[in-house]
Amino acid sequence: MTEATILQIVQIIFVLFAAPLLSGYIQMLRALLQNRRPAGLWQPYRDLWRLFHKESLVFTDASWLFSFTPYLIFAALLLAAGIIPILATGLPLAPAADIIALVGLFALARVFQVLAAMDTGTPFATLGAHREMLIAGLAEPALLAALFTASLLSRSTSLSMIVIHLEQLRFALHPSMVFAAAAFFMVLLAENARIPVDNPATHLELTMIHEAMLLEYSGRHLALMEWGSMIKLLLYLAIGVALFLPWGIAPVSNVVALLITVGILILKFVFAGLLLALVETLLAKLRLFRAPEFMATAFLLGVIGMLSYFMLGA
Amino acid sequence: MLENIHVALWGVAILKFLAALLLLLAFAMLAQRRLLTLINLLAWQGAVLAIGTGLIAFMTNQSELWFSAALTLGLKALLIPVVLRRLLRRLKVRGDVEAILNIPLTLLAGIVLVIFAFSLSQPLSNLSSTVTRGMVGIALAAVLLAFLMMITRRKAISQVVGFLAMDNGLFFTATSATLGMPMIVELGIALDALIGFVILGVFFFQMRDTFDSMDLQHLEKIREE
Repeated sequence: MTEATILQIVQIIFVLFAAPLLSGYIQMLRALLQNRRPAGLWQPYRDLWRLFHKESLVFTDASWLFSFTPYLIFAALLLAAGIIPILATGLPLAPAADIIALVGLFALARVFQVLAAMDTGTPFATLGAHREMLIAGLAEPALLAALFTASLLSRSTSLSMIVIHLEQLRFALHPSMVFAAAAFFMVLLAENARIPVDNPATHLELTMIHEAMLLEYSGRHLALMEWGSMIKLLLYLAIGVALFLPWGIAPVSNVVALLITVGILILKFVFAGLLLALVETLLAKLRLFRAPEFMATAFLLGVIGMLSYFMLGA
Repeated sequence: MLENIHVALWGVAILKFLAALLLLLAFAMLAQRRLLTLINLLAWQGAVLAIGTGLIAFMTNQSELWFSAALTLGLKALLIPVVLRRLLRRLKVRGDVEAILNIPLTLLAGIVLVIFAFSLSQPLSNLSSTVTRGMVGIALAAVLLAFLMMITRRKAISQVVGFLAMDNGLFFTATSATLGMPMIVELGIALDALIGFVILGVFFFQMRDTFDSMDLQHLEKIREE
């Protein structure tokens, strides 16, 4: 096995086991900011452990789709974890998909989640599915617009190439990237069911979007879904870091730099988690019918980013 | 010499950033529902304009542009927003803007306008050789977006804000296309905008006295028999 393969495996395992930690960290910060006593950094691990040891109940009327979906979502997200340059650029899996295919991979997971939610036929899950598609259909163009800005700047759609290019540019000021970053951040909030669009900790069925689709799941199926959404949050943050703060992500050959990379990476994630917790504490949840406006703004920012690339050439 | 090159490179980068910020502010005004925030955004646009003009003055060593930047800061970023805010308080206008089109649709129309402005200004910026040539498109887009805001809003105050935003856009177009006009022209434009603003201020009070409302639709009913 070459170093690159080992690094690839290390990265996937890192994503797998760091994702609950990141969620726990954000939950802890939110609790502290809201004057509540936090449940501790390790709570998501305990939750997952508990769910994995519970029985998974499946509807008698549910089709194979219902029990197949958690595995599919988990697999799609693990594949995505291999493609995104988190620890290093030029990993063996990196050429497998460019950013457009990566967005497609996320879309595949989402479509199956929506189908599985509708498969049960319960009203709340169906409602959640409809709402999820409303948000997702509007978030995807915004996400693509933001990603295209980055790929225009580096003349490649391969995430690895983009990171290499942007890493060389370092501290050059690009107005287009500033807009793209703002658009991406808004999409990140919407796609990961964070607060201005959806509340990840809600217990009120009528306001649920993402959680409503998971209502019928239990046991290890639910654990996989929950773990999947934690991984998804980490991956989105990792894409954001790779595109907009790429400093320190080294090419694969340089193993010595890896330790520094991991150090910087943890610092970036700590900062990103703080930002997320702050945003979620300061903002109130939007009314559902304001969500399209939120996404339209994100799309607008992405398009302005692209336009200002063409107009200003930077 | 090397230092000069650095100043020029960073100056152009910051200028481009300011231009992009101007476009963003134009869109933010288009999306804004509250009148008070609209006025604040106008003030920010004026401030960005003043910083941009100051930067061009610094980069090209044109002392006239310093006056122009100071004038912009005083007039567009401070005086007019303060007066508008006072007007708003004295007229006791309710805070919300009524848009004719819904906001996401307006924003999409705005994107189309920006693309139009960009394609329109491309031959223009190919002719020019100054550092700011890429910005003509953005400036033109700011003008067109302000137009769009005037078209889609019903209340008189937001129309005036649109008018002033258009003036900001025109000013930016002139500065970016020519790197600063003669002082006399700039003074003339600033004075024109100010006088237009004063007239519209008087018009507000007349309108309130006549209709007890700021909705421009009432004006459609005035017809000679």
